[in-house]
Amino acid sequence: MKTIYLDNNATTQMAPQVIEIMQESYALYGNASSMHSLGRESMVAIEAARSSVARMIGADGAEIIFTSGGSESDNTVLMLARDMIDEGSKRHRIVTSTIEHPAIIETCQYLEKKGYHIDYVNVDASGRIDSDSFAQLMGDDVLLVSIMAGNNETGTIQDIQKLTQIAHAAGALMHTDAVQAIGKMETDVRQWGVDYLSLSGHKFYGPKGVGALYVRKGAPFKAFVKGGHQEDGNRAGTYNTAAIVGMGRAADLVFETSVQERQNLWYLREKLRTGLQAAIPNVVVNGHPTLCLPGTLNVSFAGAEGESILLMLDFEGIAVSTGSACATGSLEPSYVLLAGGLDVELAHGSIRFSLGRYNTESDIDYVLEKMPTIIRRLREISTR
Amino acid sequence: MNTNSPVWVYTDTVKEHFMNPQNVWEDDNYEPDGEGLVGSMACGDQMKVGIKVKEDKIIDLKWQTYGCASAIASTSVMSVMVIGMTLEEAYTLTPVMITEKLGGLPKHKFHCSVLGDKALRAAIDNYLENQGRDNPYRKLVAKIICECKNVTDQQIEDLVKTKKATTLEELREITEYGTVCGKCQFRVQRLFDEYKHIYNV
Repeated sequence: MKTIYLDNNATTQMAPQVIEIMQESYALYGNASSMHSLGRESMVAIEAARSSVARMIGADGAEIIFTSGGSESDNTVLMLARDMIDEGSKRHRIVTSTIEHPAIIETCQYLEKKGYHIDYVNVDASGRIDSDSFAQLMGDDVLLVSIMAGNNETGTIQDIQKLTQIAHAAGALMHTDAVQAIGKMETDVRQWGVDYLSLSGHKFYGPKGVGALYVRKGAPFKAFVKGGHQEDGNRAGTYNTAAIVGMGRAADLVFETSVQERQNLWYLREKLRTGLQAAIPNVVVNGHPTLCLPGTLNVSFAGAEGESILLMLDFEGIAVSTGSACATGSLEPSYVLLAGGLDVELAHGSIRFSLGRYNTESDIDYVLEKMPTIIRRLREISTR
Repeated sequence: MNTNSPVWVYTDTVKEHFMNPQNVWEDDNYEPDGEGLVGSMACGDQMKVGIKVKEDKIIDLKWQTYGCASAIASTSVMSVMVIGMTLEEAYTLTPVMITEKLGGLPKHKFHCSVLGDKALRAAIDNYLENQGRDNPYRKLVAKIICECKNVTDQQIEDLVKTKKATTLEELREITEYGTVCGKCQFRVQRLFDEYKHIYNV
């Protein structure tokens, strides 16, 4: 059976070019911190990857710290803020949003339990942060702001440049979780003006278990993972050479192709959206209609439950994800969808299609062929 | 380390009943002798069961379910098991019997099978009520939860369902559960939450 992978926000398939360079890199067994030539050979490859990642987001190589991924990058920034507060910073408040990835939101809740002051700005029905309500949360006691660039579930994107200006005007540091944004929207740290930015290799056709944190030159920083002199003492741990090299190659591909790729993704996404709306009654599109990551389409089907839809699609070879409670392992459906005020029942019936580089128009045709029958059948079985 | 892995380990029987559900209530004109509705769409699962009864035997059952694959498969396999049973047999059916018939459900999915037998009991209750008859089966399935004060799961269920106890405090005031040895507190709390979910109160 053919597989149609429409879960690219969960993770992406590695690009063949990435696999190729990683296979070569596995031979670079020298510890990149060693002084001998084997070690230096690994370090040369790592430094090339650093330049590629930096170029992709408009940064300098010296501003890139390699990490194990987005979650570590996010934790690093929040724990930095905690340390600054512990060390007597006059600013002691952290501001974030209600729709952040768990790496931010649950870490903030953890800090809150320990007595730190966190404020959460809410979003409107389209998933956007209103800059006025955001500005109201600012003040001279705010140390750090962390707002994601593009949401993993709805795809809604934020005006990071504007929010950064507001945060900076209040004297706060600005972090953005750009894990979903990379390759899907213009991501330029200088234009945005952010102090910190998290990214993760496997979301842009690179390997899993590797990511990076951008730290603006001059921004405060302290190691989160301690115990080694790697990354100028900013992140301990033996270099994962092959993964870093793979992410570097993936970054080059984003730099070279992402503008055209985004147009294609939006075309396919809109074809899917209009096709579903034309063929199926009672479809609700979640998130912002235009300010959206180009490959993400989050829709709710009244009267059909998300996990059932997901499994029916899976039996047809189509991979998607859902915000239903059954999939989250609790009785509560997606907090991101509920934050925007979506009806609970519709949140249970939500499906996220996330398209990627390797999807084609015929993939979308196939989904449009299968989907109406699935929804009709589930609605026939349903209590409503 | 990963004790909460959301791996789908559905059996072939679950898949079969999910993909080809049996005895679905598709006919709007179906007129059952008794009908039960439990759960809510807002909670992510809701089931409706209708039964036809002859000489205290269930001769037909139709159902509708809004919910995940486990919930759909559970109701479907329940319908197959129940048709031909006496009312007493049907009333004493448990979620464990349903999941065993399915060849098991993933641990975190067991919850999805508990609505099936509840909807069935609600339908039998409704049938007996329509007939103006007493319900002789209820006491058969009652379990004592608080041994000190002799409080059963059914008492708790009734109090939740009729909204006489909307909080644990109210429940304690009425039943005095947990006021002696206190061992049952956790179980009562779990049941209370479960019934609130099932009856959407």
